[in-house]
Amino acid sequence: MIEVCDVTHSFGERVVLRSVSVTLAERRIAVIGANGSGKSTFARLLNGLVVPDAGRVSVHGASTAHNAAAVRRMVGFVFTDPDAQIVMPTVAEDVAFGLRKRKLGKDKLERMVAEALERMGLSDHAEHPAHLLSGGQKQLLALTSVLVTEPRILVCDEPTTLLDLPNTTRVLELIAALPQQVVMVTHDLPAIAGYDRALVFHEGRLVADDAPGPAVKFYQALVT
Amino acid sequence: MNLGDGSLIARAPASVKLAGLALLAAGVLALPSAPAVGLAGLGLLGLYAFAGLPPVVAWTQVRPLRWVLLVLFGFHALTRGWEAAAMVTGKLAITVALAGLLTLTTKVSELLEVIERVMRRVPGVNAERAALVFTLAIRAIPVVAALAAEIRDAQRARGGGLDVRAYGVPLVVRSLRYSDALGEALVARGVDD
Repeated sequence: MIEVCDVTHSFGERVVLRSVSVTLAERRIAVIGANGSGKSTFARLLNGLVVPDAGRVSVHGASTAHNAAAVRRMVGFVFTDPDAQIVMPTVAEDVAFGLRKRKLGKDKLERMVAEALERMGLSDHAEHPAHLLSGGQKQLLALTSVLVTEPRILVCDEPTTLLDLPNTTRVLELIAALPQQVVMVTHDLPAIAGYDRALVFHEGRLVADDAPGPAVKFYQALVT
Repeated sequence: MNLGDGSLIARAPASVKLAGLALLAAGVLALPSAPAVGLAGLGLLGLYAFAGLPPVVAWTQVRPLRWVLLVLFGFHALTRGWEAAAMVTGKLAITVALAGLLTLTTKVSELLEVIERVMRRVPGVNAERAALVFTLAIRAIPVVAALAAEIRDAQRARGGGLDVRAYGVPLVVRSLRYSDALGEALVARGVDD
């Protein structure tokens, strides 16, 4: 469970979140809103990438301000641009990167990496240079590298924005099948139809919190 | 990318290969004459063949430096004569190709383990952080190259000619943005935890 209590945050003079309070317990939660509405900053609050100026955020009781490492072990984060989150030069090495602090034996590490790549259909690319993958494959790799660490919660910030339709479908299907709680920031409104809940952000405020259908209608009325 | 995976060179420990590279590079730099450099070049091709790699792969390692080598050759030919020019450029090309052979036949993660082990012996150095810096430098090369190509294409699409400022400024800005995003991703992946 994620608890966001009366959070306000600014970047310099610009207030990007204003008095946001919400408790997230559902399995599938969408976050929608126009560009600059504060939804990406909200997502970054959830794993401690952004620590709020005021208010508090906790994940299963761990505060993002005081126990960020524990929060990050629980909350995996997938960014929009996979190029900026792939750290190692080859596919298998990048998946292994997230596990390096667990001091696993070489055999166990290789087995976990191989299994993770298999699940995502990337086994054939294990030894390939990451930069030679297609955009969709890179995003799958980014997702694999996060999921191999077995987070309890996955936060995705527009993970399909840079992808074509087939890759968007593939990524969304994979995310839909995950056992984890998922919080997804997206502009892809049809993609959230099956979600349990949708939050609408506007000018830094949480202005609607509803089932996806009514939330999307509210958002569309807001911006048109 | 690891080529020639079945070869003895590819299977040798990264530490042995790194030490070998250091010794061979030192040996090449100490060669006394142009014929000796030529022989070293043949030896290099022999090493590539032993690793199961055709000679053209050695050329692909040196190719990005071809203009630098040409300028270097011209400068030394004018100031010190043909033999000195051949020696300087030949030594540089052979050393680069040797380093290329190492990276072609060794996983980056194995190289980093060696670097981390060596760095642990250096007082005051965070070995893990130092190894990560090497990794990120290697990872950044294709990303920045892709950014450069995109900017060049955008300039061409808009009918622009060669303008160093119009090319350099967006490249620097986008590279900085990339490094910001990468830093954020590293934090998200628990690098500092």
